[in-house]
Amino acid sequence: MSKTTDVTVPHPEGDLEHFQDPGIPEHRHRMADTDPKADKRAERQVVVLFTISVIGTIVALWAYFAIRPDGTTAGVRTSTMVLGLAIFFALAGIGVGAIHWAKTLMSDHEVVEDRHATRSPDDVREIAVQKLADGIKDSGIGRRGVLKGVVVSALALFPLTIAVPLISSVGGDWNVGTFRTTLWKKGTRLTYDPTGRPIKASDVTIGSAVHVIPEVTDEYRQSGEWISEKAKALVLMVRLDPRDFKPFAKGKENWTYDGIIAFSKICTHVGCPVALYEQQTHHLLCPCHQSTFDVADGAKVVFGPAKRPLPQLPITVDSEGYLVAQDGFDEPIGPSYWERLR
Amino acid sequence: MKALAARRHHRFAPVVLLLLALLVTGGVYAVLAPGQARADSASTQDIETGKKLFQANCATCHGLDAQGTDNAPSLIGVGAAAVDFQVSTGRMPMAMDGPQAQTKPRQMTEEQTSQLAAYIASLGAGPAIPTDEQVDGSKGNPANGAEIFRTNCAMCHNATGQGGALSEGKYAPSLERTSARNIYQAMLTGPQSMPVFNDANITPDEKRDVIAYLEAQREGSAGGATLGSLGPVSEGVWAWVVGLGLLIGAAVWIGAKSS
Repeated sequence: MSKTTDVTVPHPEGDLEHFQDPGIPEHRHRMADTDPKADKRAERQVVVLFTISVIGTIVALWAYFAIRPDGTTAGVRTSTMVLGLAIFFALAGIGVGAIHWAKTLMSDHEVVEDRHATRSPDDVREIAVQKLADGIKDSGIGRRGVLKGVVVSALALFPLTIAVPLISSVGGDWNVGTFRTTLWKKGTRLTYDPTGRPIKASDVTIGSAVHVIPEVTDEYRQSGEWISEKAKALVLMVRLDPRDFKPFAKGKENWTYDGIIAFSKICTHVGCPVALYEQQTHHLLCPCHQSTFDVADGAKVVFGPAKRPLPQLPITVDSEGYLVAQDGFDEPIGPSYWERLR
Repeated sequence: MKALAARRHHRFAPVVLLLLALLVTGGVYAVLAPGQARADSASTQDIETGKKLFQANCATCHGLDAQGTDNAPSLIGVGAAAVDFQVSTGRMPMAMDGPQAQTKPRQMTEEQTSQLAAYIASLGAGPAIPTDEQVDGSKGNPANGAEIFRTNCAMCHNATGQGGALSEGKYAPSLERTSARNIYQAMLTGPQSMPVFNDANITPDEKRDVIAYLEAQREGSAGGATLGSLGPVSEGVWAWVVGLGLLIGAAVWIGAKSS
């Protein structure tokens, strides 16, 4: 490439700009090349390795018929384990054997193969160009404009059959408005997750943690909508000694009932279910990133990456003593998103 | 002996032998059978002995009358189930202060435990020790238990009950070796950090289903060794360190020249 002959830097160790190609190192013979005993030993090792493979195959076939999974956990485990190990030895014997054979017994003399020039000779290039030109001329694409048009259209349109379904299914539902509301509204009964039994306030003892879902009809439970609505409406309800509460925030003084307090279970960080409740410290811990909320203090964040307290569900009891929601959540549940406060 | 041997064909010999066998079996059973250590059959004497045991071993922290102190909660109304859980797992009496009481070899015999339980139960009504029938996992439905466990327990105790970390050194213990009775009592009484899951929240039948589910997990995994069932951490370490290490080792061996 560029010539650097005019730059000569004297150096105590000699000319650094140019050096001799040292070539390949001197050939070193292996033990099997010089010692007939080592050669025999290597051959025996290869034989053993391939024999291990044969035995592995036989054991695998035997295990397939003799050790059938009997339906119990232990039976399935034994069957899978024996089959897997046997197939491992059947394959590893071949692989290790072949490589050992190549490394110890096959010729190991170094060979140099020069790279040829990347550019083809001029006459070959001319022939290639001529062939392309002949093809274009033969197809008549230059004369028949309509043909050119349909070919280009067909090729350009075909990718839409793949692109349209792919792109339209990205993100599924683009209606972020559904994040604003949950199934909770005034008078919705609190029920046990997963059974759906309504919860009597008197049944919630101090120290209890109850996983709560809103009461819905059995038909709604069967509908596809339930699973995504349930994911938003999950609530964790606990009861603590009312004396343990820190003063309630303004406007939330009557959102609890006799020490029973309920919060959205969806973390305000990235939406994991926050459910590790330590009943002595009243701390609620998120298993994903260790955000910790203080239930006694309006679910204030006391540790971790969450930025907002968990939304509180205002609750009270109905005439029969069952816990009901006073209203829905007063803010969107779960993590932040652009349109959240709009 | 000769006289005895001569009569071994007597026609009453089988009857005599049978009576003797019954007598021996009954006698051995009466001597070796475990006592019915249940709080509901507690006598006033048990309560008195329990009180003495309490004052000797527990009163330093829980107060002379179990009313609680700054260091430990009141035990009035916690019930026999809570006492049996804490003492039979060795958590109480506590060896040293720490983030939470840990299991250790039990300090009290079964009899002493039931006497302590009888004393605490006499102080105020609380959950009783469950019966053997209530904690018999073979009578439960493990599939339903899995659903209950997933909703209420898995976030702390891990999906298969292997346990997990809480905050500030506290942790949810592994349930792999916890006895069925202790599992039931823990749900019922909510020891330490654990919340209470009373019979309205998780019914007695559902508690038995949870026990059935946990006992089913003890058969291990059908897929082979579980690496502790701890999820992506242990399995990731295995794949990245051991798995990749083996692959790199194989590549180096293939590339190395034979000696």
